[in-house]
Amino acid sequence: MQASVSSLYTPYPPHTILRSNSNIRFCGLRREALGFQSISQFRNGESRRIGIVSTKPRSGKLTVFSASAADNGSRGATSFDYDLVIIGAGVGGHGAALHAVEKGLKTAIIEGDVMGGTCVNRGCVPSKALLAVSGRMRELQDEHHMKALGLQVAAAGYDRQAVADHANNLASKIRGNLTNSLKAIGVDILTGFGTIVGPQKVKYGKVGFTENVVTAKDIIIATGSVPFVPKGIEIDGKTVITSDHALKLEFVPDWIAIVGSGYIGLEFSDVYTALGSEVTFIEAMDQLMPGFDPEIGKLAQRVLINPRKIDYYTGVFATKITPATDGKPVTIELIDAKTKEPKDTLEVDAALIATGRAPFTKGLGLNNINVETQRGFVPCDDRMRVIDADGNLVPHVYCIGDANGKLMLAHTASAQGISVVEQLTGKDYVLNHLSIPAACFTHPEISMVGLTEPQAREKAEKEGFEISIAKTSFKANTKALAENEGEGLAKLIYRPDTGEILGVHILGMHAADLIHEASNAIALGTRVQDIKFAVHAHPTLSEVLDELYKSAKVNLHVSKSVSEPVSV
Amino acid sequence: MSSHLLHTSFIPTAPPSLRRRPGCAAPLPRTPLLVQSKIREIFMPALSSTMTEGKIVSWIKSEGDKLSKGESVVVVESDKADMDVESFYDGYLAAIVVDEGLSAAVGSTIALLAETEEEIALAIAQSKKTSSSAPAPAPPAPTSDAPKVFDEMPSPAPAVKASVGTNALGSAEHPASEGGKRVVASPYAKKLAKDFGVDLKGVFGSGPNGRVVAKDVEAVLAAAKLSGGGAKVQASEPPKPSGVELGSVVPFTTMQGAVSRNMVESLAVPTFRVGYTFTTDALDALYKKIKSKGVTMTALLAKATALALVKHPVVNSSCRDGKSFTYNTHINVAVAVAIDGGLITPVLQDADKVDIYTLSRKWKELVDKARAKQLQPNEYTTGTFTLSNLGMFGVDRFDAILPPGTGAIMAVGASQPTVVGTKDGRIGMKTQMQVNVTADHRVIYGADLAAFLQTLSKIIEDPKDLTL
Repeated sequence: MQASVSSLYTPYPPHTILRSNSNIRFCGLRREALGFQSISQFRNGESRRIGIVSTKPRSGKLTVFSASAADNGSRGATSFDYDLVIIGAGVGGHGAALHAVEKGLKTAIIEGDVMGGTCVNRGCVPSKALLAVSGRMRELQDEHHMKALGLQVAAAGYDRQAVADHANNLASKIRGNLTNSLKAIGVDILTGFGTIVGPQKVKYGKVGFTENVVTAKDIIIATGSVPFVPKGIEIDGKTVITSDHALKLEFVPDWIAIVGSGYIGLEFSDVYTALGSEVTFIEAMDQLMPGFDPEIGKLAQRVLINPRKIDYYTGVFATKITPATDGKPVTIELIDAKTKEPKDTLEVDAALIATGRAPFTKGLGLNNINVETQRGFVPCDDRMRVIDADGNLVPHVYCIGDANGKLMLAHTASAQGISVVEQLTGKDYVLNHLSIPAACFTHPEISMVGLTEPQAREKAEKEGFEISIAKTSFKANTKALAENEGEGLAKLIYRPDTGEILGVHILGMHAADLIHEASNAIALGTRVQDIKFAVHAHPTLSEVLDELYKSAKVNLHVSKSVSEPVSV
Repeated sequence: MSSHLLHTSFIPTAPPSLRRRPGCAAPLPRTPLLVQSKIREIFMPALSSTMTEGKIVSWIKSEGDKLSKGESVVVVESDKADMDVESFYDGYLAAIVVDEGLSAAVGSTIALLAETEEEIALAIAQSKKTSSSAPAPAPPAPTSDAPKVFDEMPSPAPAVKASVGTNALGSAEHPASEGGKRVVASPYAKKLAKDFGVDLKGVFGSGPNGRVVAKDVEAVLAAAKLSGGGAKVQASEPPKPSGVELGSVVPFTTMQGAVSRNMVESLAVPTFRVGYTFTTDALDALYKKIKSKGVTMTALLAKATALALVKHPVVNSSCRDGKSFTYNTHINVAVAVAIDGGLITPVLQDADKVDIYTLSRKWKELVDKARAKQLQPNEYTTGTFTLSNLGMFGVDRFDAILPPGTGAIMAVGASQPTVVGTKDGRIGMKTQMQVNVTADHRVIYGADLAAFLQTLSKIIEDPKDLTL
């Protein structure tokens, strides 16, 4: 962002840009200044740019912006300490802060724990380090695969502590990067737990220390989530653990039970089995991986579960889990999910609780603004505006990320944060959640965007349209075959009458990287009949999607060359 | 090549057969003679336009299973992908015509579906007719090919069944196994057991807390292969005198692999050895006396050893987890027997309690079974103490490697006339036999072995108790 600003506006020497908050104010003002200047030049942009300026009372300060800069952002026109205060410096808060600064808002971020939140410290980031190890172990251990490639590898082994260090180092590195990126653009990082004490007023401070109160024109709640632990399960952090502990990889049990077979459970099963553990899944639903498209789930079971040292119980609840003590194993009591009859007792070396995540919204002072959480989640509308107990919108308070529970993914939080900042700065932007991709980083990976087939069928029936399905296999892809990784499937769900893409699901090598072509198409409203003309380099895995689009049959009467964005 | 691939349309949502959606349910070439009112064929579907034949990856349903419309029946691998094939009728999977791992041409019958349970038999009859009367498009001779697939497996199901009653040793060790009612086995052990048809109840668990782990199942399989599956191997291989081609590298068989693993694993156990020389004149005399009643020397030795073990339970114990003694409730003496270049250890169970005549009969029965490769797992995996005798080859002393999961093994040399000096200063001839016990020093110490050998020596030198 700095690069773009400095290249747009050269009269100021670049070194002034990185120094303090004041420079950030420059950035914003210059943006506006540019907008003003451009009105005469670009007539088409008129309405939007005027829009930005008109919502901002400080456009009048254009002539005195150097003075304003000297004030370090304190606003002559308003009496707030900040334009925007974000509670929680996870990926959501970080994304919102970067965009807010880009948009010229004076921004502060409050963090009571470590910078980076779950994703960076206890989630996506360290788990990717472990999965990188497990992927390589898997490859090196797969004698058949190696032989097929003509490689000879002696028995692969690993050093647990070194693997754990890799994950930990990665987390600190990313945490450092994230913190620096905020500091560099002048976001104030306020340390302590944030609490809303009244409209546009937030207090923060560490327990036992003096508390500070700041005022903000707008507040974003981005406090995220913590692992959800069902009743009856005793976490000791050693033999009965959550993902928080598992990521530290303090030991690799011979046999670990994983409660829950969603993303988190599945990824950990990949890690543990690659490192030599045997895994037992305990799933309350009748089927493993209940969140996935059924067809992908079936294939995933065939590829990721059946050939591995994994067994599973479905349709059962773990009602009681007792940690190992005095040489006794971890015991898990199972009951039938429907009849509630006792079903079985398992004795294992460790149990990982991966039953989802619960919002972390306690102590936020929501009662001070008459907001009641629902199962801990902060209720809000599709513009992330918080809704109070009476069903009315609370002015100036927004909630993004896991705390609102709309779609608990790091990048969703960030995207929601950006959408909020867009609204604050005058553009009514609603995030299309159906365009947000999701990925599970097993080997091979699983990724998806939009609706699953049953969801699409339900929607089609309700709204009276047809859907079609196209599928391609990695077995037909040259690059995948070259890598000897032909296992995989890509599936496209679309409307044959309009060519609208409703959902794409991929299981296969690098699926997580491949999904973006589809998610971008959904976000931008690109239709199948248009994207099928886009050229893909040969030979690449992206041709899996290319073939997918090409095999789709769209029955358009008139094909539009330029498509309209949908559901923005 | 790529362009060819890119232009093939691959829409398995509408393969012509076995679809549940009514619109596209039919147009597969049906062989008219096969169609009968209520028995339907399941055809190999065309999963892509380029597919000419498909391989059956796995049957999700087994013969006799009830099917409902839309349920997956079989997984088929085409030139492009593995796909589930669904039934588009309710009914029963009556007969599988093409087995897993085999290929069939697109449109050929791979299974028969009966509408009611009663019609299953009819369908089976029809399937036999089908395979004999439809030569050309039929699957590549499934009946003759099928055994090939199983050849590599140690004919599991019948050979490896063990009764609950005899498993007391293995699973009773587990604190939560409720006296053997429950089997605690790791996921991979369960998977292996399922794949190879091993009944886990009869498997000895060597994992933490007596849990059955993968290598326990592998051991059973290796032994089963030796005793049960070996017959086939023998039949198919031309007899070679010494069997080895010089200069060649021959990979281990599964059994040899298992032996190798066990041997390497034994290195993790801190063993030590104690030798002893027995005077066997009295034992030999007894043997001569009761030989006519079918008593064998092996049974006598096993009995003597068992009686000594009664007095020294620690020598009958083992160390499973590196932290504790496991005192076995039974005294089961395993005796190593070489068979067809392999090795198996039939077990004389409760050798301390069973009388010598029964024990001898039991031993004969075990040896016969071992020759016929019909030993059940509980008859060769439940030993608590092992005897290995090379005396018949004239070996006078040797030492044995401790089998994992047990505490001690005794190597028995030949019993031979020896010139010995006696305490009163004379020189005389005595028949003597040297033994050498290898034991796990974590649980069995030198003094334990010494005391045990002393007891055993007394029993052998005054063997009257053996016939009680």
